[in-house]
Amino acid sequence: MLEEIIIAGFGGQGVMSMGQLLAYAGMLEGKGVSWLPSYGPEQRGGTANCAVVISDEPVGSPLVTMPSTAIVLNNPSFDKFEPKVRPGGLLIINSSLVVRNSDRKDLKIIELTATDVANDLGNARVANMILLGAFLEQTKIVTEDSVIESLKKVLSEDKHHLLDINKQALKKGASLVKVAIS
Amino acid sequence: MTMKTVFKKTSGLTDKPTHYCPGCTHGIIHRMVAEVLEEMDILEDTIGVASVGCSVLSYEYFNCDMTQAAHGRAPAVATGVKRVLPNRFVFTYQGDGDLASIGISEVIHAAARGENITVIFVNNAIYGMTGGQMAPTTLIGQKTATTPFGRDASLQGSPIKVCEMIATLDGAAYIERVSSHDVPHIQKAKKAIRKAFKTQKKGLGFSMVEVLSTCPTNWGLDPAESLEWVKDSMVPVYPLGVYKNKEGGEN
Amino acid sequence: MGKVLMKGNEVIAEAAVHVGCKYFFGYPITPQSELVAYMARRLPEVGGIFLQAESEIAAINMVYGAASTGVRVMTSSSSPGFSLKQEGISYLVGAELPAVICNIVRGGPGLGNIQPAQSDYFQVTKGGGHGDYNIPVLAPASLQEIVELTEAAFDIADRYRTPVILMGDGMLGQMMEPVEFKERSEQEKTEKAWATTGTRGDGGPRIITSLELDAEGLEKRNWSLQQKFALIKENEVRYESYQTEDADYIMVAFGTVARITMNAINKARKNGIKVGLIRPISLWPFPEKPFIETRDQVKAYISVEMSAGQMIEDVRLAVNGHAPVDFYGRTGGVVPTQEEIYEKIITIAGGVSV
Repeated sequence: MLEEIIIAGFGGQGVMSMGQLLAYAGMLEGKGVSWLPSYGPEQRGGTANCAVVISDEPVGSPLVTMPSTAIVLNNPSFDKFEPKVRPGGLLIINSSLVVRNSDRKDLKIIELTATDVANDLGNARVANMILLGAFLEQTKIVTEDSVIESLKKVLSEDKHHLLDINKQALKKGASLVKVAIS
Repeated sequence: MTMKTVFKKTSGLTDKPTHYCPGCTHGIIHRMVAEVLEEMDILEDTIGVASVGCSVLSYEYFNCDMTQAAHGRAPAVATGVKRVLPNRFVFTYQGDGDLASIGISEVIHAAARGENITVIFVNNAIYGMTGGQMAPTTLIGQKTATTPFGRDASLQGSPIKVCEMIATLDGAAYIERVSSHDVPHIQKAKKAIRKAFKTQKKGLGFSMVEVLSTCPTNWGLDPAESLEWVKDSMVPVYPLGVYKNKEGGEN
Repeated sequence: MGKVLMKGNEVIAEAAVHVGCKYFFGYPITPQSELVAYMARRLPEVGGIFLQAESEIAAINMVYGAASTGVRVMTSSSSPGFSLKQEGISYLVGAELPAVICNIVRGGPGLGNIQPAQSDYFQVTKGGGHGDYNIPVLAPASLQEIVELTEAAFDIADRYRTPVILMGDGMLGQMMEPVEFKERSEQEKTEKAWATTGTRGDGGPRIITSLELDAEGLEKRNWSLQQKFALIKENEVRYESYQTEDADYIMVAFGTVARITMNAINKARKNGIKVGLIRPISLWPFPEKPFIETRDQVKAYISVEMSAGQMIEDVRLAVNGHAPVDFYGRTGGVVPTQEEIYEKIITIAGGVSV
C-alpha cells in the first residue's frame, strides 16, 4: 500500500492539520508516513497545501507530484491539482466553495458541500474533517479511531471541548460518502 | 641588610617582552588591567578576549586564560564565554579600528543586551598594525595613510564618539573615557578600569573604559610629542569623564 | 519514549539537546526559523542558554566563545546567513574548536529564495572560508537520520576538535516524519583540557588562537591540521548503497533528493532497468570506496542534485575516468520530481552521453 495525498485550500481551512492528523494516525498504526507542507511563495495565490505519504514500507520520496488522492477545498487548489491526480486516483472536492467541474473520466470523484454541512453542524471550521471522514470511508487507509486518537494528541488541552464536533464531522463525512456510493 | 621591595611587576602579566613600539601606551594599559585583576584577586577567574590590530598578541602578555577573536567580534566571543561561565570575569581588549569600525555592531549589541562583560577600548585615532590608516576615531584634519590630505568631514565623515553613543543604551552600566597621557590621568584610568571590573563583579551589566592612547610611529611624532598630542588634540574632541554610572557613587 | 511526529527543523534541535548541547546562538532565517524558535523554548528547560544574536556573524562568534570554554554548542542558518558565518567557521577550524553548524540550504546565489536547494555543496565541502581546510559535512535524508547524524556531528566535533556541518534543505527542515529519540548506549565523553575556563585550580593560562605569525610555524600547524583531516577521511566516511550489486547504472544523490531518486529507481527496476544508488551521507569526507568498487562494472553514473552540478565533480574524481558520469539537476529552489529522474534514467539507459 502506498497512498500519496495532496490536501489543498486556503490558509485557515485546516488543510495542514488535516494532513498532520492523517500522518499521525498512520504513525499510530505503525505505517511509514511523511508530511510535507508547501511554504513561502508557493502559498500565495490561495493554495496552501501539504503532501502526505502513507505506506506499508518506509516512505521514499516525501514529495508528491502525481497524487493518488487530491482533496481540494477551493477553486485555485482545484485548478492546480485536478490535472495532476494520477489516472485511477481519487479527487475529493469541497463543492461548497469549488465551482469548477472536472471533465476527467479516469478519476473517482467525490463532491461534498462540506462547508454547508459543517455550518449545519454548527461550526464552519470542521469542513476539513467532513472531507477527511469521506476520504477515510473511501480508502480505509487508516481507521477513524486512529484519527480521533491523533486529534487528542494534536489538539491542545484547552481545545479538547472541540473533540466532539470534530468526531461528528468525521462521521458525517463518512456517512455522506456511503450515500454517494450507494 | 635586607632590601625592601618598593615595586614588583604584576603577576597579571607574563614575562614575555611586548612587541609595542616605543612611546605606545598599550603597555601601560595592559599593566593597569593586569594590576586590577591581580589586586581584585580575580586573575585566575578571568578569561580575556584579544582582538585584531596591534593588541592581537595581548593573549601572550596577559597571564590569564585568553581567547583570540576575529576582527571586531571580541564582544560576541566574550558573550559566548560569559553566557557559559557567568561566574567568571570576561573582558575584551580592543583598538579603535576593531571596536569602532568593523566591530561597532558587536559592541553596541553586547552593550544593549547588558552583557556582564568589561570592554577595554584603546583609542589612538588611527589603525596601527596595518600601517597608519584612518580609523573611525581619526580627528578632522588628521593625516593618515588613507587621508593623506587630512580627514575631511565632507568626504570621510566625523569621528565616532563611542562612549557617548554606548552610554545611551539601557544595558550599559558603567562607561568612562580616560586618558594615558600623564601620571595623574593614568592613575584615574586605573580607577576606572577597577570600577568597570567591579561593575561586572556586581553583575550590573556592560562596562567599558575608553582609554585615549598614542601611536608615535604612525602619527610621525616622538613619544613625548605624542603624549602632548593626546592632551592637546584628542582630549578636546573626546572629553574625559564618566558617561554612565548606573550604580552611582565614586569609582 | 515512543515515536513522535515532528518537523525536521525541530528534530535537529531536539537531537542536539538530546546529545547534551545546551548552548545555541542563532539568527532567524527561513527556512530554518523553527529550529531557532524550538531552541528558544527548549534550552531553558534543560538549564541551557538560547541567545538570539544581532547577526549571523555575531552568532558564529558567540559559538566560538562558548566552544572555547569546552561546552557543546550549536548554531544554524540557511544559505545567505551561512555565507556570513564563514569567517567564524574558518576561525573555529584554525583555533580547533568543536561546534556544530547547521545549514538548511535554500535557493541562491544572493538572496535567492526560500525553496529547497543543495547549491551550497561547494561551500560546505571545499572549505567555504579562507585557508587550507575541510570540515566534516553530514547530510541526512530522513528525520530519523537527522537524530543519528546530529548526535554523530557532536561526537565528531569533540573527537577531532573541529566544527561539523549538518546540511539539509528546506524540504527536510519543513517536513514531518515519525522519529524516536533512543537512549544512547554509550555517551562519548571527550576530555577538554584545552578549554579556557579560568586558571583557578587548573594550572597555567591557556590560549585559544588561530594566529601564528611565523610562516614555518603556521605551516607546521597546517600539516598537523592536514593529518587530522586525513584521520577523519579514514574514520568518518558514511554512505548508503542501494541495489548497486548488479547495477548497470548508478545514481548518486544525497539528502532528500536521494529519496526522490530512490522512487525513480524502484520504478525503473520494475521495468527491467538495472539501476542502483550511492547516497553519500558524509559529503566531506566524500565516500570514494563505493565508486572504486563499482566503477569498472557500471555503464554510467548519474549525479542528481538540486544544483547546477556541484557534487558531480567529486563523483568524477572518485570514478577517475573509469566510467562516464552524467548529470540531472534542478536549481533555484525547484525540486526534481521522481518522474523527471525516471525519464533521465530511461534516456541514459537508451544511450549514454558523457
